[in-house]
Amino acid sequence: MSNIENYIAPGSVEEAVQALADGDVTIMAGGTDLMLQAENGQVTYQPTLMNINRVDGLRGVTLDGDTVRIGALTTITDLLEDNIIADKLPVLATMADKFASNQIRNAGTVGGNVCNASPAGDSIVPLLILNAAAVLSSKPNGSVETRSVPLQNFFTGPGKTNMNSNELLVAIDVPVPPAGFAAGFSKFGPRPALEISMASAAIGGVVDGGKLTGVRVAYGAVGPTPMRAPETEAALEGKELNADNIAAAAEVAGNEVTPIDDVRATEWYRRHLVRVMTQEILENVT
Amino acid sequence: MSPKVNIEFTVNGVVKQVTVSADASALDMLREELDLKGAKEACGEGECGACTILVDDTSLCACLMFAVDCHGRTIETVEGMQTEDGLHPIQAAYVEYGAVQCGYCTPGMVMQTKHLLDKNPNPTEGDIKRGLEGNVCRCTGYRKIFDAVADAAARS
Repeated sequence: MSNIENYIAPGSVEEAVQALADGDVTIMAGGTDLMLQAENGQVTYQPTLMNINRVDGLRGVTLDGDTVRIGALTTITDLLEDNIIADKLPVLATMADKFASNQIRNAGTVGGNVCNASPAGDSIVPLLILNAAAVLSSKPNGSVETRSVPLQNFFTGPGKTNMNSNELLVAIDVPVPPAGFAAGFSKFGPRPALEISMASAAIGGVVDGGKLTGVRVAYGAVGPTPMRAPETEAALEGKELNADNIAAAAEVAGNEVTPIDDVRATEWYRRHLVRVMTQEILENVT
Repeated sequence: MSPKVNIEFTVNGVVKQVTVSADASALDMLREELDLKGAKEACGEGECGACTILVDDTSLCACLMFAVDCHGRTIETVEGMQTEDGLHPIQAAYVEYGAVQCGYCTPGMVMQTKHLLDKNPNPTEGDIKRGLEGNVCRCTGYRKIFDAVADAAARS
């Protein structure tokens, strides 16, 4: 049974955050996670169901100085086709290319994938190595306020974030990476399409003279939240990308992640996947 | 009980007004309120594509779309493909190549094919496989479907 008492579809961020200030709200965007989770009981509807698809200005990618802003309603297909993404953040297009299926990419939003906070959320892993931040709006004292939370500090557990119930995720801000930055993303499942990752990985850094600096490494589906991997980053920092160093970093990564056994894979296999994906990405980062 | 919401949208070229529950899916609304039974529910989880419809020229799974979100949008279902002149070239190709067996996946396959060919009129075999990756058929083994899509592309 549904306990929705009120359905609204605001046209502006101000109206949306006002509704969040006024009472308990379930936010609907692409619907691909919410519909399923409501059906299977994972989500109980709050008294107000708020459709944010009519909120003006939340969809699309813009470049403002050194920051790429990805509107919360930007779809995964948008990432795949956007020129700014292709130019400045191509690892997000690589991710989008491996995300679910055409129909889901067309409906699913970046904001939804982040707020759903799945340990396996595909977009989150490359966003972590891009030092992305969640831009959150609210209306606590009669006027709209906005704060920015680095994604690295955003997730607190499976399906959990430190967003407040009166906040709306309006965008993801990504600083344009430094010159020479290269990155790769990989995910693994039994077939290419429509897989929830058994494990996923993203690695980036500035490649200069065969060495990697400013190294950023993140993994998905190998812990309660998608995670940065500082030990693996340290193992790679300033190192030449030769076979020995790559193998050593892969070994560190396999020990650093904290996977569990579940229906999709065992802990043992996930550590193996992390080593293999780390090695493969590093062998192709140029 | 969920509140009832009045929505208005265009489906297959006709403006419709419908009253729906706030938590209903677009698929249930199309099938139960408008008697458009082409789009099917198979998995109900977005994994099989049997419920694929076009919303503002973009394919998506009607089972995961909220009916209330149809308001103001333009929707195409398999029922809108045929014209007075006969079958749409995609439908004709599916028939000619025997790309239909039990038929349950076919409306979704046809609509996803339309989306694929609208965006990419000259797909390679790889493009076709990729385009239909979200549509599952458990009868035909896909060979005839891929051939039908390639032929539909060649016809138009």
